[in-house]
Amino acid sequence: MIVFDEVVKRYPGDYVALAGVSFEIRHGELVVLSGHSGAGKSTLLKMIAVIERPSDGAVRINGQDVSRLGTGAIPYLRRNLGLVLQDNRLLYDRSVFDNVMLPLVITGHPPRDAARRAAAALERVGLAGRDREMPAGLSGGEQQRVAIARAIVNRPSILIADEPTAHLDSAYARDIADLFRSFNDAGVTVLVSTHDERLFAGYRPRRLVLGRGILIGDSAC
Amino acid sequence: MLSWLSLHGRAIGLALRRLVRQPVGTLLSALVVGIALSLPAAGYVLLDNVAMLARGVSGTPEISIFMAHEVGRAELAAVERQLRGEPAVASYRHVPREEALRQLEQSGLGDVLGGLPSNPLPDAFVVTPRGDDPQLYEWLETRFGQWDGVEHVQLDSAWVERLHALLGLGRSAVSLLAALLGFALVIVTFNTIRLQIMTQRQEIDVSRLLGATDAFIRRPFYWFGTLQGVLGGLVALATVWLSVRALAAPVESLAATYGAVFGLSGPGWPDSAAIVGFAALLGWLGSAISVRRHLAERLT
Repeated sequence: MIVFDEVVKRYPGDYVALAGVSFEIRHGELVVLSGHSGAGKSTLLKMIAVIERPSDGAVRINGQDVSRLGTGAIPYLRRNLGLVLQDNRLLYDRSVFDNVMLPLVITGHPPRDAARRAAAALERVGLAGRDREMPAGLSGGEQQRVAIARAIVNRPSILIADEPTAHLDSAYARDIADLFRSFNDAGVTVLVSTHDERLFAGYRPRRLVLGRGILIGDSAC
Repeated sequence: MLSWLSLHGRAIGLALRRLVRQPVGTLLSALVVGIALSLPAAGYVLLDNVAMLARGVSGTPEISIFMAHEVGRAELAAVERQLRGEPAVASYRHVPREEALRQLEQSGLGDVLGGLPSNPLPDAFVVTPRGDDPQLYEWLETRFGQWDGVEHVQLDSAWVERLHALLGLGRSAVSLLAALLGFALVIVTFNTIRLQIMTQRQEIDVSRLLGATDAFIRRPFYWFGTLQGVLGGLVALATVWLSVRALAAPVESLAATYGAVFGLSGPGWPDSAAIVGFAALLGWLGSAISVRRHLAERLT
């Protein structure tokens, strides 16, 4: 489903973020990507969403080489991915509901159907009835749940999360981890990066470990 | 198609909300666009009124065809027939030589004419052409001069040419003014949209991450610029109408002192639509250039 084939990412100044990373993630897997800060976790995840492109090698999703995708095709790829970023990227001048609706507005969903889906997504992350609130009035964990609801509202087959529990205390972090597990149980391929390896320990996920841009561990191998 | 319409509907709604959210900024921008556009618009209306006034004062221009002395009835009838068949001729009047003599005698030259052995005046036709294009007048002059029995054709077009030259100069000046102010308005809209993009930067980046196409992101800005142009056009139109109303009475009084009946008229529906359309086009152009320039940076 997701294939990294000898992927290299060099930044100006000859800084190498990824140095020939190869792996394959199959449909329905729950994969935890770990490693120290600066190991290349975010760069790797950004390549799946074509926020970054490899300097060398190829990234394939469902057989399509997304690293050579034309600019005009990138939005359509992203619509099939659920993306949760470390800083949640919520719009703080919009209500919780409007934030969750945004992906559906972008894809031109009929308003009534979009509203129904947004309400269902909020219920799924445990925020039913909070739709009219503004994000600033929510706790960090709740804001991250809104970001997750926004990521799943389009019913993606792949969910990618970059350090979704980075700024949360352990109780909130556990809740978020449970959520990802429940999405995976529903058949969604989940790829989560975290610096806290113990967080998903109880779910026996596949573990990929990055160190200085090199894949130094893969529990599937 | 429905989805395309709904995306445009959403973009218009978003643009309207942004306009309403900043009432002072919107009002000031509309006033800047409107006042700037009202100058060429008022110039255009003024020229239109001057052209109308000039036509009224000078009457309809005419061409006089003087026949040779020796022509007979058959040749006169032939000329009449040709005038009747000429589509560029609106009307004509035959002035027989006897009538011309009578008119001259009545003008106070009877004593001079009495000393002549015979009527020195020829038969003549006074022709009113269809339209007031100087080129048409020259063309008709040449054509009439080629007919049998015609001795001389007198074209009274000097004033028409002068009027056209003056109006042409005025129109060029108004066009130049419109182009210069139009350019300034494109810059105003460019800058407004640049600021809009800066304030919406986070929303733009998030939308791109969620799969928004460039068209989806650009659309509200295009509509914002266009709607701002429309508002400016309406301000310009209101300014011109108010000016016409304010000046109508003094102009009528002035015309009355010359024994003329003249009233200022404002822009009609087609001209009004053209002013608003032009303003909308400038708004769209300013936003299109700004969006192209400032949204070109890709998400990293």
